[in-house]
Amino acid sequence: MKKYTVAILLISGVLAGGVSYFASSHPDGLNKVAIDLGFAEQEKESATSGSALAGYQIAGIDNELISGALAGISGIAATGLVGTGLYLYVRKPKSGA
Amino acid sequence: MHIPDGFINVPVSAAAVAVSGVAIGVALKKSRGSMEQEVAPMAGLTAVFIFAVQMLNFPVAAGTSGHLLGGALAAILVGPWVALLSMTVVLALQAFIFADGGLSAIGLNILNMGVITVVAGWLVFSLVSKLLGKNKRGIVVASAIAAFISVPLSALGFVMEYAVGGSGIIDISKVLGAMISVHLLIGIGEAVITALTVGAVLSTRADLVAGAKGLREKSNLHIKNVELK
Repeated sequence: MKKYTVAILLISGVLAGGVSYFASSHPDGLNKVAIDLGFAEQEKESATSGSALAGYQIAGIDNELISGALAGISGIAATGLVGTGLYLYVRKPKSGA
Repeated sequence: MHIPDGFINVPVSAAAVAVSGVAIGVALKKSRGSMEQEVAPMAGLTAVFIFAVQMLNFPVAAGTSGHLLGGALAAILVGPWVALLSMTVVLALQAFIFADGGLSAIGLNILNMGVITVVAGWLVFSLVSKLLGKNKRGIVVASAIAAFISVPLSALGFVMEYAVGGSGIIDISKVLGAMISVHLLIGIGEAVITALTVGAVLSTRADLVAGAKGLREKSNLHIKNVELK
């Protein structure tokens, strides 16, 4: 499982940190519908929009490629950290086998 | 499909927090200590992988993109209860750290992209994989169909929330038509990504796919044989 874990983390890192640069920047389905039908302007800025990682870019780094890559990798790290907690929570206790 | 702050009013958003909260509570109870030691890392890895793939918006129509929701994929990989927790991890981090999806809309987003996709994905997958038989092809096809259906159902969740808690300035039938049609297209992408991922895990470690339980013994034998060599 160790090798498999490393493989999934690596693949996820490459997707979030590299491939994401080539992702479509068009509005997603919901946002496009909101624009077309005219309720997009009701959107309020998120309370976390000042976060250092808001919008999958790192605040203060202007290079979109580097900023997005670092934000993506940070996201993988954060998800991995919380995911480790989830793993420990769902795993069967050793003695209970 | 992350709903920002401001689209849906406070009472409906609060009701969604309550519904999602109950679902998460049940999932927490059901999944505690429920995964074998060997497969349990998949709970966290599923969250990591879905977070990554959700960043990959693909074009679906002129000026429109879509991305994986992942609830069906998660349900097939780790089972529905753990899947809801994995999805909650992803959606919560997106809202709190990346400002993707409003904080006041967190309940709505967990309901639409977590609860609905996981429940619909798992039910459709279970039904179709039973019909097609527990073989590799049957499981991959069932995964694709489950993933495809989960996306317009998730969109339907938004339409119902908008009907009750939206501003009311737009004809709801227009919202329904627009949301369902674009999300049928996005559903195709969801189906492709889900089928490819489930197929890849099935080919390498079939014992890690909760939805492939019938295949498990065979694949374990296979892995042991390979190790002996």
